[in-house]
Amino acid sequence: MQKEWRGFQSGVWQQEINVRDFIQKNYTPYDGDDAFLEGPTKDTADLWEQVLALSRQEREAGGVLDMDTRIISTITSHGPGYLDKEKEKIVGFQTDRPFKRSLQPCGGIRMAMKACEDNGYEVDSEVVEYFTTHRKTHNAGVFDAYTPEMRACRSSHIITGLPDAYGRGRIIGDYRRPALYGVDRLIEDKVEQLNTTRTIMYSDVIREREELSEQIRALKMLKDLAALYGCDISKPAGNIKEAVQAVYFAYLAAVKEQNGAAMSLGRTSTFLDIYAERDLREGTFTEREIQEFIDQFVMKLRCVKFARTPDYNHIFAGDPTWVTESIAGIGVDGRHMVTKMSYRYLHTLDNIGAAPEPNMTVLWSAKLPANFKKYCAGTSIRHSAIQYENDDIMRVVHGDDYGIACCVSSMRIGKEMQFFGARANLAKCLLYAINGGVDEMTGKQVGPKYRPVVSEYLDYDDVWEKYKDMMKWLASVYVNALNIIHYMHDKYCYEKIQMALHDKQVKRWFATGIAGLSVVADSLSAIRYAKVKPIRDENGIVVDFELEGDFPKYGNDDDRVDEIAKEVLHTFISYIKGNHTYRGGIPTTSILTITSNVSYGRNTGATPDGRKRGEAFAPGANPMHGRDANGAVASLASVAKLPFMDAQDGISNTFTIVPDALGKDGESAADNLTAMLDGYMEQGGHHLNVNVLNRDTLLHAQQHPEQYPQLTIRVSGYAVNFIKLTKEQQDEVIARTFHERV
Amino acid sequence: MTGNIHSIETFGTVDGPGVRFVVFFQGCPMRCLYCHNPDTWMKKGGREMTSADILSRMERNRAFYRTGGITASGGEPMFQAAFLTELFEMAKERGIHTCLDTSGILFSDLPEQRRQTERLLAVTDLVMLDIKHMDDAEHRKLTGHGNENSIAFARYLDEKKIPVWIRHVVVPGITYSKDELTALGLFLKTLSNVTKLEVLPYHALGKTKYDSLGMKYVLEDTPQLKKAEAEEAERIIKDAWYGVV
Repeated sequence: MQKEWRGFQSGVWQQEINVRDFIQKNYTPYDGDDAFLEGPTKDTADLWEQVLALSRQEREAGGVLDMDTRIISTITSHGPGYLDKEKEKIVGFQTDRPFKRSLQPCGGIRMAMKACEDNGYEVDSEVVEYFTTHRKTHNAGVFDAYTPEMRACRSSHIITGLPDAYGRGRIIGDYRRPALYGVDRLIEDKVEQLNTTRTIMYSDVIREREELSEQIRALKMLKDLAALYGCDISKPAGNIKEAVQAVYFAYLAAVKEQNGAAMSLGRTSTFLDIYAERDLREGTFTEREIQEFIDQFVMKLRCVKFARTPDYNHIFAGDPTWVTESIAGIGVDGRHMVTKMSYRYLHTLDNIGAAPEPNMTVLWSAKLPANFKKYCAGTSIRHSAIQYENDDIMRVVHGDDYGIACCVSSMRIGKEMQFFGARANLAKCLLYAINGGVDEMTGKQVGPKYRPVVSEYLDYDDVWEKYKDMMKWLASVYVNALNIIHYMHDKYCYEKIQMALHDKQVKRWFATGIAGLSVVADSLSAIRYAKVKPIRDENGIVVDFELEGDFPKYGNDDDRVDEIAKEVLHTFISYIKGNHTYRGGIPTTSILTITSNVSYGRNTGATPDGRKRGEAFAPGANPMHGRDANGAVASLASVAKLPFMDAQDGISNTFTIVPDALGKDGESAADNLTAMLDGYMEQGGHHLNVNVLNRDTLLHAQQHPEQYPQLTIRVSGYAVNFIKLTKEQQDEVIARTFHERV
Repeated sequence: MTGNIHSIETFGTVDGPGVRFVVFFQGCPMRCLYCHNPDTWMKKGGREMTSADILSRMERNRAFYRTGGITASGGEPMFQAAFLTELFEMAKERGIHTCLDTSGILFSDLPEQRRQTERLLAVTDLVMLDIKHMDDAEHRKLTGHGNENSIAFARYLDEKKIPVWIRHVVVPGITYSKDELTALGLFLKTLSNVTKLEVLPYHALGKTKYDSLGMKYVLEDTPQLKKAEAEEAERIIKDAWYGVV
């Protein structure tokens, strides 16, 4: 056996690229508690002080500290960069200086220029000229192909957040491969793949050969990147330090090459634990040293930055990067996959304080060891920085080596990727159904000229039939716009290093998304169970509604309305599935808004549920603010009814509870939170963000941001630094339901 | 049979062990000055629900309540004793842990009521007994009733060996005194069934409800009890409870 693999159980992973097999043969499940954990070293603490100081300067500078305006970012364009070379155990930054944002114009030169301009910088004129005259971008390609109808849908915000001007992200390279195999072996494997493609040159074969060649080039550059920092990753990692560093270099190469919306890390902790266990056994490193590597690795992940525009910030607030790491879960053989490394990752929240990144995601199952569940719950109570996703329902689809991209998108690491597709505004679509395709905000005919509702009061059957027609139209425009987007992204902004860390045959999920589900469910419930009178303006467009009587509201475990929500979801995904998808992508949808629930609301007229024009939607699949009036279980039960198989790209639920409402003391609070998570997941709930905090804390932080540099809250599938949200977004978070009955 | 229910909290974490489905009963004879649910006082005003309704709402989400169960609170659940008994009987048939949150003020020696209480306690796993004040006259000032029934109920529960958590709201100027807290501790010493003591520091969170109901809030000027004071109160009670006389 290779010397770097000494002490490992052999298996098929040695003959083929198969990280899962390596993990399953070698990991050590850990049932103990957190007593073994070590605090931060002096070097870690010093470095983190530096990062906090840089964060403060960045905030004072208006959100960006420095930007590269000339050098186009590639895997090897910059480097090396350090905070303090002597103290850094894990090295590497995206550019030559920490907090300096790189220039990535391949997604769209206009976006890159605007990102600079809005922050007081200017892209070098030669670069601009090059990317406008000589070299086409993804964004330019998309707009060449868009139809007028697609453009109209985009302007009216019935479809928003499409990745047509920026990197699509949501692809996870298997960043563990370079650590386990060394890059040389990965190149050999890719060369072999190139040599064994089909030989009749249909366009898909040509594309495959071109992409494989790109991947091989990217792998060579990955080695060069490591060399810039004096490291050799051509061979497998020989210990935990080298393994962490190799994983990080691979991830770093990806974020240097792509500024995708979500650049997730995957599922690295249990993999790395195998190296840590061997080093502890062999006496190579102590627990304290191992924790130091992890703390510093996490610190680096927290420093990933992209150049982005304020517009972008409305959809994805708080400068997120979604360095999502999936932790724990249960193996297919029934053993849980909690290791000491699962603890070490979460422990960074204590060692260097709370932060939104990496997006710590616990793959939850009632079968996880009790000690670990309690540790997670306690950590959530302290930091509000963890999200939980249901391993029991995802394992059925993806096995036991999948990870979460972005917030809630599950995919097998290195074997599946997704085409990210933002989301459609189903609340606005309902208004289009009522108004015969006329936009209620602008009066323009955006949708097809179907017959509008003409009755004095809204009739459920009439509205529902019209709504179905309008959803069918919307699904078609939406999927076809995405087909264009992903065609162009592959053509002009191909993720070569990330795809180099995938198998040759990749399964592609075609992800769509829904915004406004709770608004639609409540609106249809109001139409059915109360009386809703549309108010028309001088042009006959319905711009408001008068409500008489009460109606069942989503979020109270009331089947009358919860069934409506399910029906809407099922209908829409069925229409999505009725369309042709690019590259054989398998259609899915998510109920996830990121923070765009605020901007979706701003661009949507009054709705029949009594929501006013411009008022924010609830985030993700959440019930509308304050309408869930029967306590947390009833609220969670409503959301858990939405079937995962109809929204396989994730059902996001953000839950906020005041500390006192969780229990009388820390011990019982952690137990109660654990019981809640067990209950939610057992009932089929997919995802839960857990915030444990008081409204007063947020109000105070809004007034005195300088006192809360690390206040982290979960919003919709990710966490943000509260003080980085806009005032409007902060107000919306404050207006959400806080479960607080004591 | 139907009960008159004020409201339901599906995620109760402070009304008994574990996660609990808390049923707030409408109607209470007590008029505690610090009551934070004055909207549950009147006999009228709640929602008529059957035991089957209530339990089916709980059972459909049974997965959440593995560590807990159902709690009857209020209001005063024993005000609707027959319905309460039926609810708990049906809960026990379904294997649900039952907890009764009461002041014991309606406990009575009359044979018929005694039989009712026996039936109720046969299906009650835990009683959270809220002793408002150890001094009868002070109790009357605070709640409008003497404490005789509450004390008698505590002794009866002991006799029946029903596990009890004692709750005591500590209010500055009313129950936050060494004499009162010591008296409570000494009383607990005479009981063998008390498994937990919960000192509830007085807070003014109920005040807004009084305002919205157009009622006067008598404790307007009473400060909330500080955390350290609550700890002190608990220590005084426990010193008397466990101490050598």
